[in-house]
Amino acid sequence: MICSLMHPGLLLILSGLFIPLFKGTARTVFILIIPLLALASTWSMSPGNSCSIEYLGFELSMIYMDSISRLFITVFALMVFTGSLYCCKQARSIELSAAFIYAGGSISVVLAGDLITLFIFWELMALASTLVIWSTGTESSRRAGMRYIVVHLLGGVILMAGIAAYVQQTGSIEFNAMQADSLATVLILCGFLLNAGAPPLTAWLADAYPETSFSGMVFLSAFTTKTAVYVLLRGFPGTDILIVIGLFMIFYGILYALLENDIRRILAYSIINQVGFMMCGIGIGTEMALNGAAAHAFVHIIYKALMLMSAGSVLYMTGKRKCTDLGGLVQSMPVTAVCGIIGALAISSFPLTSGFVTKSLITQSSIDEHMFWVWLLLQAASAASFLYAGLKFPWFVFFHKDSGLRPDDPPWNMQLGMILFAFLCILLGAFPDLLYAMLPYTVNYAPYTIAHTFTHLQLMFFAGLAFFVMLPYMKSSLTISLDFDWFYRRLGPQLFISFIQTLSQVGQHLAAELGTIRSASALVTRSVSNLSLAFNMRMVLLVFAICLMYILF
Amino acid sequence: MKQNWFYRKSSIRKLWIGGWVLLALSLIAEFFVKLHPHFKLEEIFAFHAWFGFLACVGMVIVARLLGFLIRRKDDYYDM
Repeated sequence: MICSLMHPGLLLILSGLFIPLFKGTARTVFILIIPLLALASTWSMSPGNSCSIEYLGFELSMIYMDSISRLFITVFALMVFTGSLYCCKQARSIELSAAFIYAGGSISVVLAGDLITLFIFWELMALASTLVIWSTGTESSRRAGMRYIVVHLLGGVILMAGIAAYVQQTGSIEFNAMQADSLATVLILCGFLLNAGAPPLTAWLADAYPETSFSGMVFLSAFTTKTAVYVLLRGFPGTDILIVIGLFMIFYGILYALLENDIRRILAYSIINQVGFMMCGIGIGTEMALNGAAAHAFVHIIYKALMLMSAGSVLYMTGKRKCTDLGGLVQSMPVTAVCGIIGALAISSFPLTSGFVTKSLITQSSIDEHMFWVWLLLQAASAASFLYAGLKFPWFVFFHKDSGLRPDDPPWNMQLGMILFAFLCILLGAFPDLLYAMLPYTVNYAPYTIAHTFTHLQLMFFAGLAFFVMLPYMKSSLTISLDFDWFYRRLGPQLFISFIQTLSQVGQHLAAELGTIRSASALVTRSVSNLSLAFNMRMVLLVFAICLMYILF
Repeated sequence: MKQNWFYRKSSIRKLWIGGWVLLALSLIAEFFVKLHPHFKLEEIFAFHAWFGFLACVGMVIVARLLGFLIRRKDDYYDM
């Protein structure tokens, strides 16, 4: 009992259940204090295993604390605090409740010392994050949430199969670094990768996240992918394939973001792009690269949440989220604009912002390992990140053509949330040692050498020039981009419908031929028109199709 | 009503001039900064400048081409 009170993840999960009981100021106070308590309990814990319980003949260790887990839990708790502050007066209780359980789930995954505990909270995260999506209450979020959970449950099944085989093989449930050399570990790796947004099932992220409320996406952006980064960091450091997957994610994110019109979807693609950088770091696998991946996850949560708070404020005040509808908002929303720009500079790793001091660790480690091509591609991606996130996002929302909209800045609590994270972006950028001190390995790296700062600024400036030169070719239009989800949103259902139609025709034909029971054919026809059945069947087919893809892949 | 600073003709001009000056400065400064190239390619003058520029232009072009293939009307899945 004592250990469950100490456990920051369980604390968030339990308090999440109580949020709907509070109203008004009491709710605000409650949701602001709980993450601070979780933070305090994390920092008061001593390293090592604690809180063991017996379950199914296994000894589960609920808490394994070391510098990596402390780093991730710190930023998760900070995120819950700032996210809560941002929407304490506006969000629905049900959404906050789901967000707390979701965050508590990911903190518990980070703390898990064994694979079974990890799996249980992994699944809790999937369920709670779906509830965050559904709490938006719109038809589009209901459908997006359904697609989201099916993909994640599939990932869960793959992960569970891997864990079961792994435990069978090794006889141990401990979660240590492993090699992807047996079916068991490959399945575990695939399960982890799915949550990181790796190919081929990348589409779930940009499909579902932008359908949430203005505040829901702020929470969602932080936990699922970064928990995946954490488990990969711990489970598969130095796995070469992660470099290739990371590079794919980086360029996928850039290209789709360049084509996208919905500002929150641009930011969703940029999550995949940034997680790609972390995956490269994990794949390179040296101490510096792993430090870089962990540190980049830390600062990414902050600046991505900041950008989403800025985009969320625009959505909250105007109800609009498409580049084609927005523009010129700097005139009436200066705070939102400045905070958004600081986030945009941080994601572009501009010197004096947090992104600069962490991404440099990853690029430097590719130099140290003499990986010329990886380094070259990372440089190209850094330049392009400035283009699609650093410039495209603020340009089309706050500047560009004057849309005629004159919304005010959002309520004070939303502004305060943004200001807090904007401050952190600059603080960590200006004083990187604050962050470096928390990293798993000792950092022997100075980001602000004259040569490095200078060459990076040159890269940024000319990427900026490219933005304005290419602007006519970057105009947003009322389009979406097809992705892997086309297979289960278009092809699958169409195949299924034509299959059922053929079946029903055959059925009718047979019934007419035999001149028997009319009701049988009526039954078949009725079930075809029965929407809920068709929907359920579509889901079954979808799962089947995805399984097939995974096997083929 | 007075126009916002960012939307006045005079300030847009100032911003453009400022931008070009920054670009020029970042090239001129290369003569005075001692760089430590890690790879052969980096030894070419102003590598980061032209590489950053070309990478971005290339990416926008690739995105455009990809767009022909995968862009659909935004109510595609609603139909």
